[in-house]
Amino acid sequence: MRLVVRAAEALRAERLIPITSAHVDSCLYHGEATVDFVERLVNGGAQVSVPTTLNVGALDLLHPELWRGDVRTAERGRLLMDRYRALGCQPTYTCAPYQLSFARPALGEQVAWAESNAIVFCNSVLGARTERYGDFTDIACAITGLVPDAGLHRTDARRATVVMRLAPDIPAALLDDDALYPVLGIVLGRRAGGRVAAIDGLPAGQSEDRLKAVGAAAASSGSVAMFHAVGSTPEAATLDAALQGGLPDATVEIGLAELRAARDELTTAAGGGAPGTPIGTVSLGTPHASLAELRAVERELAGARPAAGVELMVSTGRHLLAEAGEEGLARRLRAQGVELLVDTCSYIAPVLRPSPLPAMTDSGKWAFYAPGNIGVEVIFGSLRECVRSAVRGSVWRDPDLWGAA
Amino acid sequence: MLAPGSVTAVAIVLREPLSLWGGMDPASGQVIDARHPQRGESLAGRIVVMPAARGSSSSSSVLAEAVRAGCAPAGILLAEPDLILAVGAAVAEELYGVRVPIVVVAPEELALVRDGQALTINREGEITLG
Repeated sequence: MRLVVRAAEALRAERLIPITSAHVDSCLYHGEATVDFVERLVNGGAQVSVPTTLNVGALDLLHPELWRGDVRTAERGRLLMDRYRALGCQPTYTCAPYQLSFARPALGEQVAWAESNAIVFCNSVLGARTERYGDFTDIACAITGLVPDAGLHRTDARRATVVMRLAPDIPAALLDDDALYPVLGIVLGRRAGGRVAAIDGLPAGQSEDRLKAVGAAAASSGSVAMFHAVGSTPEAATLDAALQGGLPDATVEIGLAELRAARDELTTAAGGGAPGTPIGTVSLGTPHASLAELRAVERELAGARPAAGVELMVSTGRHLLAEAGEEGLARRLRAQGVELLVDTCSYIAPVLRPSPLPAMTDSGKWAFYAPGNIGVEVIFGSLRECVRSAVRGSVWRDPDLWGAA
Repeated sequence: MLAPGSVTAVAIVLREPLSLWGGMDPASGQVIDARHPQRGESLAGRIVVMPAARGSSSSSSVLAEAVRAGCAPAGILLAEPDLILAVGAAVAEELYGVRVPIVVVAPEELALVRDGQALTINREGEITLG
């Protein structure tokens, strides 16, 4: 309760309001401080008071053989994941709780979610209301069932204050390709910082997977907790609705040149990931892959396997893996040489086969954090480019995707 | 003041916002974000000056762990309130009795601080040079 009150003071809230659910990120081991904290709660007899899902932990509890790190860290990581279950949290261990039918709050519901990509998805795509909760506060809110009545819990703060208008030079084919969306997210994060932006000019009715990619990247390059995509997100049927009838503080135009530059910056490997560059690893599924994304991996493999020496790893949630198992998809992917990782992610757990060659990813977030976290050079590409490159063992580029250079 | 405490230390002015998670190694205090212009510099024992925090909601844990390891910033100056850092500091104080004062000042005041300058944060959250 002290933490919730401290949060309320930091947000200058006048009162606390009840929540209907929580998503807790504190179960990822960041050192002994994280264990010391949960032990304090468990020893005090704390229990969550609302349905609470858990974010990723340090290791894949279902496939512990994938762990390549030291035994002690794995033990402490597992202990932390178990201790949060002891507080009454559900062992979902996914960064994409919004892909679980039982964990999707409705439009307007007040919740306390942590994990930056889940926060932005919750606010933007589900239209449920959360602030940017982080480690420790998330579980404090889940135990008390209360949050400060501030920020994005309140209607007025959900108004777009900046409009990002897509310029007419962006090719229609690019607007229609998944590869655009993480890059658009990186630009959104840079341009918006912590403000709520409305993206104007996207085709209406964008898929949840694309909006997920926008939000995850935007919450990496900026501190975006909510955005509107006019015609796609529930509080932005029109631009005027996203602006709540007001005027924006700023309108910026995003053109092809800025998007290309942002795409290029996601690659750290020498040579900029030019066609033919040898790769050692392909990592997909950050945030955790949906069923549609797992099916897309199978489709792009088209019966082939990754080249010798190339590891193709896809991260997803254990519930999604079970669903994929029911339709035989998981077995078929594994039979084609795809590694499926659950409960964690390949940039926070030491699971990738060590390779001196760069790693390729379709995730703006993975590209952003993996070099610092696990010391790999990164090449960014679309899911299709990633899978085909895995099969070839070197970078393949879709020549038409980003318009003529 | 987002987190209480008082301290005198040398300022490090971050030229770009930094997410502590993925951006600072809590075991050393070093900047590890590959895209950050100050990669390799240490935040341990310094007053970190940045206009805004960025990114991951795990930064609370990283701040608390850095305090436990004795490698945390001595204090943090921001131009915008940041709940995630405030909570990291609150938990570190609760668990280990160490304070990392976090103060929000006007952007124009923040811009006056120079890298390498000695700063004092007092208990009222006032900042003085030297």
